[in-house]
Amino acid sequence: MEEKLTLFKNRKRFGIEKNIDIIFKNTALVLSSFVAIILLGIILVVFFQSFESFSRYGLKFLVTSEWNPVKDEYGAFTAIYGTLVTSFLSLLITIPLGVGTAIFITEDFVPKVFREIIGSFVELLAAIPSVVLGLWAIFVMEPFFRTFFVFLHNFFGWIPLFSTEPTGRNSLLAILILVVMLLPIVTSIARDSLNQVPKKLRNAAYGIGASRWKTIFSVILPAALSGIMAGVLLALGRAMGETMAVTMIIGNSNAFSWSLLSPGYTISSMLANQFGEADGSQVSSLFYAAFVLMILSLVVNIFAQWLVKKFSLKY
Amino acid sequence: MNSLYYQKRLSRNIGDKFFTSLSVICALIAILPLIFLVTYILIKGGSQITPELFTLEPNPPGDDLDAGGINPALIGTLIITTIASIIAIPVGVGGGIYLAEYSKGGAFSRFIRFGVNVLAGVPSIIAGVFIYALIVSTKILFGSMYSGLAGGMALSILMLPTVIKTTDEGLKLVPNELRYASLGVGASMYTTILKVTLPSAFRSIATGVVLSIARAAGETAPLIFTALFSYYYITGFGDLFYEMGSLAVLIYNFALEPYDAQNKLAWAASFILVLSILSVNIFSRILAAFTEKTKRV
Repeated sequence: MEEKLTLFKNRKRFGIEKNIDIIFKNTALVLSSFVAIILLGIILVVFFQSFESFSRYGLKFLVTSEWNPVKDEYGAFTAIYGTLVTSFLSLLITIPLGVGTAIFITEDFVPKVFREIIGSFVELLAAIPSVVLGLWAIFVMEPFFRTFFVFLHNFFGWIPLFSTEPTGRNSLLAILILVVMLLPIVTSIARDSLNQVPKKLRNAAYGIGASRWKTIFSVILPAALSGIMAGVLLALGRAMGETMAVTMIIGNSNAFSWSLLSPGYTISSMLANQFGEADGSQVSSLFYAAFVLMILSLVVNIFAQWLVKKFSLKY
Repeated sequence: MNSLYYQKRLSRNIGDKFFTSLSVICALIAILPLIFLVTYILIKGGSQITPELFTLEPNPPGDDLDAGGINPALIGTLIITTIASIIAIPVGVGGGIYLAEYSKGGAFSRFIRFGVNVLAGVPSIIAGVFIYALIVSTKILFGSMYSGLAGGMALSILMLPTVIKTTDEGLKLVPNELRYASLGVGASMYTTILKVTLPSAFRSIATGVVLSIARAAGETAPLIFTALFSYYYITGFGDLFYEMGSLAVLIYNFALEPYDAQNKLAWAASFILVLSILSVNIFSRILAAFTEKTKRV
């Protein structure tokens, strides 16, 4: 009996070890809450820095396009319009291309080895820094497309979108470089969601005599739709926040124009361009623009997450 | 009898052929830019590589034909990404450990996971704006404004969500039996995590972390008004508190210069940056494929 008790006594965990355990757990807890602190910090800091400009211009800031540090008048409409137009138009081009590529990778048109190589090729494209894409856009893409833009202007100049003479960098080039950046995102997410569609759905469709593309359009794509939608929204968020490649190729002009062939601005390129040299109330206005950008991308991201949760695959 | 054979002219077969070729075209368009881009950088940038490139300072843009080298930017990129890693890896791995090992799926952990996803979607330039407001404009770091240290902090914000996610997901893949066995022989929770679960998830976590470092090395937007740029050699520890160059910012600045010599330097820097990022990516891909085949548990 006596012997047994001492045995139990020895089996007790030392106090110091218990303390280490508690300290370890709490450290991990604190470290994980850093994410929340940083996120809230970003929102609060950007909001308070923009307060001066916000109280001066209010919501008028969003709809006027005067940006004049000399007269101290600021409105970000050109940049906001540029952000929305470049991101939505680039997405419009990317969606069919990306989903088409994803279908090509998940169907068995060519042997699996080739499909895997193409898949990882497209994913590698995502790893290339955007500043390098910008460099490439300036020196390769712009000369390459110049004659095409002139042609576009000559024949479709009556459409407001192509109404200005193309002179070097412009919004359409920014849209094209964004397509190159978004393709890997849309393709890889669409591929993953297509791969998750159970095989028996496909077999059932084939069994009742549907052709391959009838199956894809009526069975596979609808089943993978929520995943693809989430990928598209993530890509939209990326497109709105994308800075370097766009800044280098969009031409950076605050003069508002409907034409895609004229130089434009996005919020992020405005920040990249002016933040270093700004002072006074211009800084506050830039923070206001940054706040608008952040809200836009937050809304898109949160909506994407909600979509994934709500419509995640039911099969 | 005829209906047993494949009929080319049937509308469904024509439609199938049409869409198949459409998706082939899509795939071609998707990979063409990559092939163009990579070959162009390899040829254009590779031809600029000289030994002096790695040892000299860049000359300030001007009419002189010799642009110099990229030594300060190369070292600067290494230093800034190291600073970012020193901040982001412990915080990220620690946070990931909490999410995967301790949290029980309550409101707090769900909020953190949500926050990780949201933070991953915050535009990279916003991270720069945030650090500018918090550190550069307040001169909180011993009176220095633009500094390599501030640049590293901005990059660490971008790395953090990736590191947490890979740690969380890597640890969740470790089978629970390992945990039960360890706790069953009387190990405490922290011994279990440090000696059993972390080591068995090490490879997948390391892959994710290395990839996030490679990504951070190419980021430019957070650096252009936190670390700024410098033309001069990095000589000592004190240089951390001053403007610091990096390959990415060098490419940005010199691409926009009207001089050919500076443009060539930008191509050379892109060559080095892309080559190192792509090799890290390809290497980790091979490693991941290899791990999957030889998985023990």
